[in-house]
Amino acid sequence: MTRLATVCCKVLAALLAVAAAGCGGGGETEVVLVTHDSFAVSKDVKAAFEQETGLTLRILQAGDAGEALNRALLTAGDPQGDVLFGVDDSLLSRALDGDLFDEYRSPTLDAVEDAYAPPDDRVTPIDHGEVCVNIDRGWFAKRGLHPPRTLVELTLPRYRGLLVVENPATSSPGLAFLLATVAQYPDRWQGFWRKLRVNGVRVVDGWEEAYTQQFSGAAGSPGKRPIVVSYATSPAAEVIFAGKPLETSPTAAIEDGCFRQVEYAGVLRGAANDEGARKLIDFMLSELFQADVPGSMFVYPVRGGVPVPEAFELHAIRPADPLTLPPEEIEAGRDAWIDEWTAIVLR
Amino acid sequence: MDGDRPALRRTARAAVAGVPLVFLAVFFVWPLAAILERSLVEDGRLDLPFDVLVARETLDVTWFTLWQATASTALTLAAGLPLTWALARFSFPGRRLAEALVLIPFVLPTIVVATAFLAVLPDALEGTVWAILVAHVFFNVAVVVYLVGAFWGQLDGRVSDVAATLGADPARRFLAVTVPLLQPALAAAAAIVFLFSFTSFGVIVILGGPGYATLEAEIYNQAARLFDLRTAAVLALLQLAAVTAAVAVAGRLERRLGGGRTARSTPRRRPAGRERVVVTLVVAVSLALLAVPVAALVERSLSVPGGYGLDHFRALARETPALLVTPWHAVVNSFLFAGLAAAIALAVGLPAAAVAAGRRGGWLGMLVLLPLGVSAAMLGFGYLLAFDEPPLDLRGSPWLVPLAQALVAMPFVVRTVAPALRAVDDRLREAAAVLGASPARVRREIVLPLVAPALGAAAAIAFAVALGEFGATVFVARADWPTLPVAIFRFLGRPGAENVGQAMALAVTLAGLTVAVALAAARARAGRGWRP
Amino acid sequence: MIRVEAVRVALGPRSILADLSLEVAAGETLTLLGPSGSGKSTLLRVVAGLQQPTSGRVLLDGTDVTPVPAHRRGVGLVFQDAVLFPHRDVGRNVAFGLAGAGKEEVDRRVEALLELVGLTGFARRAVGTLSGGEAQRVALARALAPAPRVLLLDEPLGSLDGPLRDRLQDDLRDLFARLGLTVVHVTHDVAEAFALGRRVAVMREGRIAQVATPQELWRHPADAWVAGFLGMRNIVVHDGRRVVVRPEAVQLSPGEDGTVVTAERRGPSVLIGVRCDDGRTLESVTTALEHPAPGDRVRVAIDPSGVIALDTEEPA
Repeated sequence: MTRLATVCCKVLAALLAVAAAGCGGGGETEVVLVTHDSFAVSKDVKAAFEQETGLTLRILQAGDAGEALNRALLTAGDPQGDVLFGVDDSLLSRALDGDLFDEYRSPTLDAVEDAYAPPDDRVTPIDHGEVCVNIDRGWFAKRGLHPPRTLVELTLPRYRGLLVVENPATSSPGLAFLLATVAQYPDRWQGFWRKLRVNGVRVVDGWEEAYTQQFSGAAGSPGKRPIVVSYATSPAAEVIFAGKPLETSPTAAIEDGCFRQVEYAGVLRGAANDEGARKLIDFMLSELFQADVPGSMFVYPVRGGVPVPEAFELHAIRPADPLTLPPEEIEAGRDAWIDEWTAIVLR
Repeated sequence: MDGDRPALRRTARAAVAGVPLVFLAVFFVWPLAAILERSLVEDGRLDLPFDVLVARETLDVTWFTLWQATASTALTLAAGLPLTWALARFSFPGRRLAEALVLIPFVLPTIVVATAFLAVLPDALEGTVWAILVAHVFFNVAVVVYLVGAFWGQLDGRVSDVAATLGADPARRFLAVTVPLLQPALAAAAAIVFLFSFTSFGVIVILGGPGYATLEAEIYNQAARLFDLRTAAVLALLQLAAVTAAVAVAGRLERRLGGGRTARSTPRRRPAGRERVVVTLVVAVSLALLAVPVAALVERSLSVPGGYGLDHFRALARETPALLVTPWHAVVNSFLFAGLAAAIALAVGLPAAAVAAGRRGGWLGMLVLLPLGVSAAMLGFGYLLAFDEPPLDLRGSPWLVPLAQALVAMPFVVRTVAPALRAVDDRLREAAAVLGASPARVRREIVLPLVAPALGAAAAIAFAVALGEFGATVFVARADWPTLPVAIFRFLGRPGAENVGQAMALAVTLAGLTVAVALAAARARAGRGWRP
Repeated sequence: MIRVEAVRVALGPRSILADLSLEVAAGETLTLLGPSGSGKSTLLRVVAGLQQPTSGRVLLDGTDVTPVPAHRRGVGLVFQDAVLFPHRDVGRNVAFGLAGAGKEEVDRRVEALLELVGLTGFARRAVGTLSGGEAQRVALARALAPAPRVLLLDEPLGSLDGPLRDRLQDDLRDLFARLGLTVVHVTHDVAEAFALGRRVAVMREGRIAQVATPQELWRHPADAWVAGFLGMRNIVVHDGRRVVVRPEAVQLSPGEDGTVVTAERRGPSVLIGVRCDDGRTLESVTTALEHPAPGDRVRVAIDPSGVIALDTEEPA
């Protein structure tokens, strides 16, 4: 008992020391980025920022984009950090209406491609990603079947019981896929989903369950369904993280029905270090950061002329004309669409 | 009896009770009040959406939550008692290891276990309520083994022997004598398992799919995703009311039997004759069932292109784009945080247990359970609102993680130690007092050694709880200080064989280190000489 | 040495001890005798300091110790059932009250005490391996270790068998005399009380019914209840007064006064129950080897020296 107590005390002391050391920054010497779980940045890129600006970058991340936004809305005016990153098109109106941001127009904005220009001065686009249907190549090849190539083919009987999607009420890609169907079939999307239900679509709560547990094409997955809603870049990730060199990706993304998501960053109103916030946003549009974005977050840069890793060129698709919806329209219709969808698909 | 003047004694008791009360007030009541106020108070007036309370969906969801929690509790007790019996009453080679292995399901994050379950569950069970119930049993067996086991070890075996001489066979002895004597610990364990199952989130969502909804899942949806705080808050209040009622019922059950007060507890003995077969069977079968999902995990962590190997484990020491630090760092972080959380839980929980063990202290034993029954999402939000300015500007601080974990671990300390304290025969204390021992000496030399095993069990399970805690941690964690569950979650959030493999490797590491710590704790307990 | 003054212990509306006063002289052994529920254990606990009286005082050696907690009174207590510390061996149990002494000194004294109670060499034994009698002796040694001025024993021989009990009784008597201790000892067994106590206090329902030496008690029980408790159950009305007849004063010989109903041999004496023709029942004790058997017709003669007038009217 005494031995255990001594061990405990030593551990405690060590932790206290480390914690005290870590609690250094605050205020003018650090800038805090509030974001979601999918955010990632290479260590050397982060170090470059810190060296260039002399600021320490602290990252607070939890939950998906929607949850991160909700936490920011909860603390509007007295925010947890200085910059909020991860608001996408489907959430933009909510963020703007919640008066979360201070206006800031980065000088580097000129380098951004026109397609991704921000609809409002309070946010800055940083990256874009497409939510697309992914298929397991191997599964179809083994059975000599042609995989689906368009959205409407998902309702065909030959693909019965093969599709898994995420619940739009709880998942960001799930919502994006629903919005894709709304954008593709403005008057008939309910019928589309009714047909999907009849065709045995499986709904799960989030991307992790859908991709790592239900999708047969994911490495190490026990899943048996070869069609899943995921990202345009997922096939590239399967190659990069395969652990062994692969010629082709085991999965592929269908171009038809892809929905574009642009991700924005903004200076939080009431931030402790708004100058640092602005510097961070400038940095996020720099070539260094933009080039890091594919490898770290599996999305594409918004800045023109930034090279993309080879694996992406080879295995991922870059939809030329993905589906989109204006943020205000999304804001106005989202809740009703989700309710309708739930009634059609889940009840 | 102890203390010079009644007034001094009352102040001392108030101070002792004050420690856990202050902790609860600051880290539980205040954040909860903050989020409830933000959700329900509009322009200074209370705005309770009663329509939500009586809505059909709410009633359905509440009913489902209630009965699956009850069923899970009953199944867990039934499944866990044989194993508890074998581990608490007998000594055999490998006993301590078996006890430590039982903790593994407890510390593993839900998403990891769900993955493993999906791999081994027959297809027919997938998405059914049985998957949920079995998963709950799997997770919570440790609670029964540790809470009931510590208490069982202190019971006087002579009572059962008397029953034998009166003609009762082993089954009847068990049901008619042992189980009633165990009631306090059983009620304590049942209360906690019920609360965990009631507020279960990951298991319901992953193994049950969108067809099943519990109150907790609904609250999370409303609060964190849809940001409808009004609905979330009223559902959270409903959940809190249900939890309080359950806890009160459990408390009544516990109070009905005073507990096996004995001056002599029967030490563990080697199983003899037929017992050997039964004990071996029970332990082997229980561990095998618990091990199946874990074996699936181990298999995945070792599966590399071209067969099996340790690549994923080796990769833990390397940088990865998924995290800001190497995965090994997350392991170290987790252990430091859990150690700190366990220490806080002990520091706050022991005074609470001392008060709860007293004649009129039962209410405190109940009160500390409430944090287990409150929605983690609401509490997390509460932290964001409440701790935003000095002297408690903890929002971005890494300290919030062990504090949040301690809040969840403390009830375990109280529920493990209080029954053990109560079981210490008053006459032992009196005998010591009459021999000239001051109250402090009585506590130090008589009470403490007698409850030392329970303290060890409390520390071990508090550590395990903190290690596996995900709900509150994920709200307050910092990216540069990730814990293991958070790191595993981030790995699983990215496609690719390497990511999955490393997530599995981390999970296996987490499990292995937990067992090592539990074994070390057990050995340290034993090293002191006397063990019941 | 011990003085209990008007002590009252109330539990809710019930009085466990009611206005009880008692004195024990230094070096004396007093027995508290009474049926279960009479409050004897509670009185013991009050003297030990484990129970606070609702009113009244306890004085030890002239000092009022009522507010003093148990661990400072210097009173030794041996529980029924030994209550040894299970996590310490015999030696460390005995040594518990010897705090502050050096290791060698402690070992020496422990050995001496164990020898005193007849358990030489038991120091390293584990508590769980002791028999009832051995445990009781260890408890005694433990209580004696801090050299208390007063020793209290709560039914110390209750769980022991016949010969062992007798032996321990003798040992205790010698020990108390040798150490010059003031002892209060509680029992419900009349024979034990008479054997160990110089004076016996008979307790009934929280009060003291009578305090006297065994001889006095036997000669003059205070009332019918005390008489009955001590084993004198022959209560008859004679000349309009109630009297008690000692069983040994009821002499039986063949005749026509009554019929023998029971005859139980209790060691050296025989207890005979007689049903008289006039309806009364009487008990007789004889040490003769030959005695009437059940069914025999007997003549009942009462030795007048064995008739005790009852001072107070008590319903039988």
